[in-house]
Amino acid sequence: MSNTGSRPLGRRTVLRGVMAGGAICVGLPFLDSMLNNSGTALAAGAPLPVRFGTWFWGLGHTPAHAIEDKATSGYGISFKGECHALSAHKEIINYFGKFNTPLDGRSNFPHYTGWIASRTGTAPDWQEEIANPTYDLLVADRIGTQSRFKTIDIACTGNSGHSYSARSTYNRSAAEISPHEFYSRLFGPEFIDPNKAEFMPDPRTMVRHSVLSAVTEERRQLMRQLGASDRAQLDEYFTSLRELEIQLQVQLQKPAPNEACSAIAAPKDDAFLGNRTGVEIGKVEATHKSFARILAMAIACNQTSVFNVVFSENLSSLRKIGESVTHHSLSHEEPTDPELGVQQQTSWFNTRSMAALASFIKTLSSIREGDGTLLDNVLMVAGSETSFARNHSVDDIPFMTVGKAGGRIKTGFHINGNGDPITRVGLTAMQVMGVPIDSWGSRSLLTSKTISEILT
Amino acid sequence: MRRLTEEQYRNIVADVFGKQITVSGRFDPLVRTEGLLAVSAWSTSVSTAGIMQYEEIAQSIAAQVLSKENREIYTSCNGGIYTEFDEPCARKFLAKVGRLLLRRPLTDNELSGKTAIAREATAKLGKFYDGLSFGLISLLVDPEFLFITDFTESDPERPNSVRLTAFSKAARLSFLLWNTTPDDKLLRAAESGDLHTRDGLNREVNRLIVSVRLKTGIRAFFSDMLGFREFDNLGKDSLIYPTFGTAVMRDAKEQTLRTITDHLVTRSGDYRDLFTTKRTFMSRPLGIVYRTRVKAPENVWEPYEFAPDDRRVGIQGQLAFLALNSHPGRSSPTLRGKAIRSMLLCQKVPDPPVDVDFSGFNNPNSPARTARERLLVHATNPSCVSCHRIIDPIGLALENFDGAGQFRNTENDAVIVSSGELDGIEFSNGTGLGQALHDNPAITTCLVNRLYAYASGRAFPANNAWLAYLNKRFTASNYRVTDLLKHIATSRIFYAVSTPENNLQQPFESAQNTVTFD
Repeated sequence: MSNTGSRPLGRRTVLRGVMAGGAICVGLPFLDSMLNNSGTALAAGAPLPVRFGTWFWGLGHTPAHAIEDKATSGYGISFKGECHALSAHKEIINYFGKFNTPLDGRSNFPHYTGWIASRTGTAPDWQEEIANPTYDLLVADRIGTQSRFKTIDIACTGNSGHSYSARSTYNRSAAEISPHEFYSRLFGPEFIDPNKAEFMPDPRTMVRHSVLSAVTEERRQLMRQLGASDRAQLDEYFTSLRELEIQLQVQLQKPAPNEACSAIAAPKDDAFLGNRTGVEIGKVEATHKSFARILAMAIACNQTSVFNVVFSENLSSLRKIGESVTHHSLSHEEPTDPELGVQQQTSWFNTRSMAALASFIKTLSSIREGDGTLLDNVLMVAGSETSFARNHSVDDIPFMTVGKAGGRIKTGFHINGNGDPITRVGLTAMQVMGVPIDSWGSRSLLTSKTISEILT
Repeated sequence: MRRLTEEQYRNIVADVFGKQITVSGRFDPLVRTEGLLAVSAWSTSVSTAGIMQYEEIAQSIAAQVLSKENREIYTSCNGGIYTEFDEPCARKFLAKVGRLLLRRPLTDNELSGKTAIAREATAKLGKFYDGLSFGLISLLVDPEFLFITDFTESDPERPNSVRLTAFSKAARLSFLLWNTTPDDKLLRAAESGDLHTRDGLNREVNRLIVSVRLKTGIRAFFSDMLGFREFDNLGKDSLIYPTFGTAVMRDAKEQTLRTITDHLVTRSGDYRDLFTTKRTFMSRPLGIVYRTRVKAPENVWEPYEFAPDDRRVGIQGQLAFLALNSHPGRSSPTLRGKAIRSMLLCQKVPDPPVDVDFSGFNNPNSPARTARERLLVHATNPSCVSCHRIIDPIGLALENFDGAGQFRNTENDAVIVSSGELDGIEFSNGTGLGQALHDNPAITTCLVNRLYAYASGRAFPANNAWLAYLNKRFTASNYRVTDLLKHIATSRIFYAVSTPENNLQQPFESAQNTVTFD
């Protein structure tokens, strides 16, 4: 697809043009004409590729103790209290407040509805129903096929089931839980250094690819012998198999060099020491730190274009050593301090969660890439599953974007959603990442309105 | 069609190649459905990340099986390093393991295809065993390995009807009773057509049921039913419960599974007695938490019986249940009561209201010292009371056991009162709860329901005649689980099928209208 004019169009021009300069934007993928002649960078000079990620923490914020409300959207975020650690990074963040999750009479399944609705655009009819793919996978379908791993999922809680990336109820990814194993998978013998001058395709990779092709060819006939539901299961298997073939094909080509990619040392030991300490917050933070270092380099080395990090799960079981109850239990059982107006221990966990997000941001921004940092070429959506965990509210769930997405978005804005559906955030993120979609969500979560204030 | 569970995958690898072959990797998670993870396997596919893991695991298994150290165990080929492709040897190896992995003999075309993969890989990599390993990998990523698929054929006894193939019957049987792939004898019974005869089926069911491997199948079912997967996520506070370490957690799970298999299989005991039994097994790490002396050496289990006046009875009085259904640093009558209602009695306990306020429960200014006193908050809150009155009185009977399952008489220096109530039956402590569970009709109907859902991948509809029939047989057998398994495994309904043509959505329920239960 290309435009016919002599002057290259900016993406913003296209978006504004379609809607006659209105505030509503429609979804369009990036056009070839927006790239420079070599196709390796945006016309504006920003380097490619742009990566996408999500960062999840459980149990949200305490209202009025995390950020100063803003009556109207605009530049400038005033983090405070639980979000104080993010102040140092506010210029590379956009904060989205007062976006709602309308349920159209459906039940609010505590700690599930929030993340499922915001990530899939559809509120569940039963607790764990995932009727549509999570948006990270829609982005991965678009940009994830040119790296070794289509997506990388990480849980810092030691439980591989703590993953919020899924195609459907019955098609979910398991998360990496061990930094040591993660490092070995990424930087073991199959790692190809993009900055190495010589490149020789690995014959084993060629064979692996041909084995998958042979299995696909041989077993396609199976589909004809099965009923509809079995066929659907098998079809998903073949889709996954085909995607793995594509990932292997990528490894048979010389990777583009990237100066940001450099060797890092293996983690000395897993910070998560197994079941004895469970999800004691100090261990989770150490695991998160270790993962962040490895993941940042995986991104810089183009091992993946899409990642999902879970710091704590939707029913956050974070806890302190010596304390009898978890973050989740505290959120419901701890009385509010009458003077401070906050559940002090609950708030402490919320604060530590935001400090972890700040440290993750710092890690990504510590890697130089081109004229800036890795974070300039990342769009990460950070969000939770509730706003105020005590009453399981799914309205005003805290969401943020982090990173400049290769110059595709402006940052430093506090957007007031005025009760609009939270799906506007996901739709905007997908469009920024080039997903050809002009509306997203179902029922009252359906939206075609992006958040134009942050688009460049 | 159902995806292999992680346990099934691991069991198959151990059965086909031996326990020395390690399986390292992550499996896509299952969603608990109808009280069981296994039920969702019937709907679950493989994610992109999941297929990548399967392929990596397959590479690792193949590398171990055909390593210099192991290749002579598994193949009849020359064990040295050589570059020429040894076609007869490759075919023999792939035919042998392929039959066990795909749960049926490979057709000539399939075998030629797998051999061709190994041949071409050998040519590309220059080493025979490297090439052969890709023949094995192709089997391990094959959908017919990863998914247990029901294949059908025309039923010669019923014109215009279909039946499961003998190999699909064998798979159903083997995964139900042993939780693994059919062994050589079962495959031979399928090959010969014996499984399609009443005598042949009975013979194989009896063989599988008297085998020691039945314990593997029983363990898999109860691990799922009791939610033991959550052990992967269990953490106890090391300051509050310093004795509850990794070894205790490992052995707590093992203790309950040993109790179950000993009682149900070795002793052919009454299922209801699982909730009143004082017999169990003890290991050294557990001895510390149970505060009892264990004479057996390290890593050895010894039979153990709690004293007559000990309040610990049944599997619900053992560490595994008590610790799993507690908080990291304190007990929870609510979690324990809910677990008994939902896991053991198959009763749905509604989720708490969205905006409920529990702060009274943890109020530092409250004079309450015991959980019973704290839980009074629920009794006085209208939005809480309807659910908590059916779960808390059950769990309160187990309050003599703290969050790690250790016995205690007091909490915060206050004497614990452990009286409780279950469906109108009142009791004064955990022993009474065990008896109430034993006598509750739902305890046996729940097991029948769960076991059949586990076997078939779906739950019974209400008022199902087949369920009533199985319950009757279960009662008549004095609640012997092995007899119940035998009834299921030899019934026609267990092998009923749906096909794209007849489009039966509920084949098991439909079949009951047209055939005898047995």
